[in-house]
Amino acid sequence: MTQTEAPIGFGRMHRVEDARFLRGRGNYVDDVQLPGMLHGAVLRSPFAHARIVSIDTSAAEAHPKVKAVITGQVLATLNLAWMPTMSYDTQAVLATDKVRFQGQEVAFVVAEDRYAARDALELIEVDYEPLDVVADATQAMAAGAPVIRDDKEGKTDNHIYDWEAGDHAATDAAFANAAVVVSEDVLYPRSHPAPLETCGAVADFNKATGKLTMWCNTQAPHAHRTVYALVAGLPEQKIQVISPDIGGGFGNKVPIYPGYVCAVVGSIVTGKPVKWMEDRSENLISTGFARDYHMHGEIAATADGKILGVKVDVLADHGAFNSVAQPSKFPAGFFHIFTGSYDYPAAHCKVTAVYTNKAPGGVAYACSFRITEAVYLIERLVDVLARKLGMDPAELRLKNLLTPEQFPYTTPTGWEYDSGNYPRALNLAMEIAGYQQLRQEQAEKRSRGEYMGIGISFFTEGVGAGPRKHMDILGLGMADGAELRIHPTGKGVLRVSCQSQGQGHETTFAQIVAEELGIPPTDIEVVHGDTDQTPFGLGTYGSRSTPVSGGAAALVARKVRERAKIVAAAMLEVSTEDLEWEKGRFYVRGDQEKAKTIQEIALAAHSSLELPEGVEGHLDATTVYNPPNLTYPFGAYICVADVDPGTGVVKVRRFIAVDDCGPRINPMIVEGQIHGGLADGIGMALMQVMAFDPQGNHLGSSFMDYLLPTSLECPAFELGETVTPSPHHPIGAKGVGESATVGSPPAVVNAVIDALAPFNVGHLDMPLTPANVWSAIQGRPLRTDLAL
Amino acid sequence: MQITVGVNGESYTRDVEDRLLLVHFLRDTLGLTGTHWGCDTSNCGVCTVQVDGKPVKSCTMLAVMADGREVKTVEGLETAAGLDPVQQGFMACHGLQCGFCTPGMMLTARALLDRNPNPTEQEIRVAISGNLCRCTGYENIVQSVRWAAEHPASAEASEGVSA
Repeated sequence: MTQTEAPIGFGRMHRVEDARFLRGRGNYVDDVQLPGMLHGAVLRSPFAHARIVSIDTSAAEAHPKVKAVITGQVLATLNLAWMPTMSYDTQAVLATDKVRFQGQEVAFVVAEDRYAARDALELIEVDYEPLDVVADATQAMAAGAPVIRDDKEGKTDNHIYDWEAGDHAATDAAFANAAVVVSEDVLYPRSHPAPLETCGAVADFNKATGKLTMWCNTQAPHAHRTVYALVAGLPEQKIQVISPDIGGGFGNKVPIYPGYVCAVVGSIVTGKPVKWMEDRSENLISTGFARDYHMHGEIAATADGKILGVKVDVLADHGAFNSVAQPSKFPAGFFHIFTGSYDYPAAHCKVTAVYTNKAPGGVAYACSFRITEAVYLIERLVDVLARKLGMDPAELRLKNLLTPEQFPYTTPTGWEYDSGNYPRALNLAMEIAGYQQLRQEQAEKRSRGEYMGIGISFFTEGVGAGPRKHMDILGLGMADGAELRIHPTGKGVLRVSCQSQGQGHETTFAQIVAEELGIPPTDIEVVHGDTDQTPFGLGTYGSRSTPVSGGAAALVARKVRERAKIVAAAMLEVSTEDLEWEKGRFYVRGDQEKAKTIQEIALAAHSSLELPEGVEGHLDATTVYNPPNLTYPFGAYICVADVDPGTGVVKVRRFIAVDDCGPRINPMIVEGQIHGGLADGIGMALMQVMAFDPQGNHLGSSFMDYLLPTSLECPAFELGETVTPSPHHPIGAKGVGESATVGSPPAVVNAVIDALAPFNVGHLDMPLTPANVWSAIQGRPLRTDLAL
Repeated sequence: MQITVGVNGESYTRDVEDRLLLVHFLRDTLGLTGTHWGCDTSNCGVCTVQVDGKPVKSCTMLAVMADGREVKTVEGLETAAGLDPVQQGFMACHGLQCGFCTPGMMLTARALLDRNPNPTEQEIRVAISGNLCRCTGYENIVQSVRWAAEHPASAEASEGVSA
């Protein structure tokens, strides 16, 4: 295979960033080496809930290689013992009064090397007085439960918020008149994104210039800079956050973690750069987990399977601090999109969130701000309904899916879906799968005691947060800037605010500009991940890069094109109204030969060519894109799984995924993102869970206990595509980074429960481990998230 | 303790702590940061290097155990003739996204192809099952290794993917 020519714009092309990654020349945060750099390490709590009686750091301070030991008391003198979270709560940087989850940060050691820093942790003596533990969300609300957040004045329980969406009365009315109602308790257990690169930072505070340079593998460098400025009192122009290459994020690297703040303080105290890198255990037990939603759902329908309404009651476990990073006006994220892809008039949900003695977080792992939980709930409920009605689950979905003419469609909870052709996607998935033949095969196998299942899920996502009038994080509106500089030779530099964690922005964003200007993508250098070099924007998570920053990239290129048009008119001595654009050049209407290419125009724009009055010259432009609405990608997934009833082992044999994310800028990259999300879904459905014992001990604190899917658990994926552009996005693109993670878990679970129908198994909670499946076959399903 | 380790064909003599892990020797002592670190428990495989031609997880081997042995890292895959077919295959088939698992994955793949030049998809899946990837779902990694198997010669490779 020889390298395909790069397309002039959209299309398959190899990634420009691969050249450095393939040679081991990426620059991840742990690769940053600065002269005189010291290493930090965090001492963590072994208890889930305990009062700190005393901390003795004298032996650690006496260690010959130790430069500083920082405790909460030290931070308190700087007013930094607590920091604000992204959800208007507070979180301890280093514990002063008590520890509230196992693995919480208690002290920070700065030493000459990483081994010495860890040695010194062993020398710190902490006297703890253990307290009763709340390890489960249902315990948190019980009368007399220990109050975790007694740091908050007047707090007498563990309640965080109650939040509602939809029309309660209308939903009750729909249920009262329904022929059929089914209900289901659906647990989405606590999971963790577990990027292979853990979180870390190198903080370098230069006393001479007063400038803080912070290398940090954050998904949101600009937001971090502003928060540091607001919290630490450093002037914002003196803070530079550099997100270098990032070894996977998946939402794990959005929040500000105590270790980052400690690294900054360590650098200020020692006058040297300080590197802090978590180890794997620290990453799993203390950083942003995902899910932990305990959902009760009910769905009402007519006897022939027309859905009439859905209602949901959720208990959300937010851990010890409410630190979810999401649009601040939406405390339960976008969960109220739980009505899914179906047409019915009434819906209501209520979410109650509580503190527990577990790590903080909840919004992470490609969840599109809780849409993962919503899709899992509705897709399980639809399957439960299908079984109750004795209908094929595909038929029931086709009967209730929104139809193309219903778009734009406003859901019962207020979302305006932009565009969609749902039946086409599901029909295509069924065609690729050979759905009817699969059902035949299933019947034949059942007759000889073999158990295969076919699971369907259909999802609608809302991504690309978002319109600044509704969406902000801590008051920072979620619009993204872009700057495009065109050099005299017609090559350019695009500066974007979003930050790649492997999504291939340096390729994709160059292709967006290339499409607009008609030049090769390789002529555009994409700069990202450095707050001194790029315009402000909220970062990369929630599948927002293409929907928001991608819109900005297209629009800034169009601005450049408009400027180029004026220059071209001057060059050709015609009016701009006489010019027509075709990819790469302007020509005079009626005379295709009379034309100027974008490269010729670029050179002229920097030359002594006389330009019309008021035209400054050069072609550079800047813009800020404030999306008018979210974009709504969707898809239809079918999983075929075989279950061994003797062992409970599930084998995903086939996985068919039809995704509609609008036009695909680089189909190769889009397919890669879908593949990764499907593996995530298989992992969550079959293997991954963060479980706790009653004392709050974490039972998944290494990759030996927290199991991730390998090449052997994943099948060869079968992908399909439909294209329904977003009508409001500059290039119609909808975003795809989280689609497969959101859409795939219910397909796997539905497949396994379908396989187990002969055993009368109608319910299973993830993960569907062999023990869990086998127990369910024996009639004793497990509670998978607690070792009670 | 003084050790002498061959890395990518060059010999390095250094004084190291007995407890220094090979991954930190490569990254911190020699500055070869292409080898990554990911889990401490030899589950993830991002630290995979070759020691005397065999894939080894360098977070689970002491630097002193590499004394007198030859280590190959990602920095040693490319030769004067160009990129290794495995590197070309990963680019051609989009076998990497964030790039963090890629060095370890490629060294495992190289070792597989050295002992089995024409592996089946299942043999590839078994070979890389000790290397986790969180981005690709493995599909394109399997295709990348197949690509490398189908384009083994460096002469052919030099006409292939350029990076």
